[in-house]
Amino acid sequence: MKILQQLRDEGRADDMQALLASIPYARFLGMQVERKGNEVTTILPFKDSLVGNVNLPAIHGGAIGAFLELTSVIQLLFDTSCERLPKTVDISIDYLRSGKPVDTYGRAIVTRQGRRVANVRAEIWQDEKSRPIAAAHGHFLLTPV
Amino acid sequence: MLKKVLEQLPPHGLAIGMALVDVTGRVCTVRVPYAEHLVGDPDTGTIHGGVITATLDNASGWAVRCHQEWCDEMSMATLDLRIDYMRPAEPHKDLMVQAECYKLSKNIAFVRAVAYQDDVNDQVATSVATFMLGTPNAPRTDVS
Repeated sequence: MKILQQLRDEGRADDMQALLASIPYARFLGMQVERKGNEVTTILPFKDSLVGNVNLPAIHGGAIGAFLELTSVIQLLFDTSCERLPKTVDISIDYLRSGKPVDTYGRAIVTRQGRRVANVRAEIWQDEKSRPIAAAHGHFLLTPV
Repeated sequence: MLKKVLEQLPPHGLAIGMALVDVTGRVCTVRVPYAEHLVGDPDTGTIHGGVITATLDNASGWAVRCHQEWCDEMSMATLDLRIDYMRPAEPHKDLMVQAECYKLSKNIAFVRAVAYQDDVNDQVATSVATFMLGTPNAPRTDVS
């Protein structure tokens, strides 16, 4: 059974936490999602295994990239109905500040959605939303239902 | 050389399971064995793009440290990383990454990298990254 189809069948198509729970890598990162109305915020609670620089310490650039990518995908799946998980075509990440060893939050917006491809921008922050630690824009291939 | 770089494997690299397997000239080769916790699509068992992102980022950083003009007193921070995903990684196969620092200027390091599985010419993803070089990082004081 395809995971997105299964969630739809259970009437939980917009339950992004259930979706994350079904993705082993999202569980490994410890990622969560919080929904307020039609706004989705992703959360990456800090844990030691996310560290990339032990001297600072700072969160690994790869973990930041993964969090941005998953934040984009979650927003995309929240906005649209897909047969399968979107495939990342490309993603471009700007690292703006080093990630402190605290929880990180993410938001994404789908800037353009075509039939087959979507453009998504994502931003993640820690203490202050106006001081993002990283931003990304990416293209994702869709499989409409 | 290999050992010195390997000692810098960060916790997140350990958690993913990445290992530096070779350094030849300016090219670093890194392996990530397939593991269940890295799966990004439970329908297909393919590993998540984030794993590839993390490995490309880490391998690119190692490539900068392997450049002959690098000195250990320097620090670096990723400025940007752009990744193109060409095809999904096949399940149950190791992911390999080769990264090359093709230019190390006074302030910036430029790195390209490829991710593949069996054949370096049949790529899963490619990336280009730039790193800001600087003076050593002092431990942060803004978090207790």
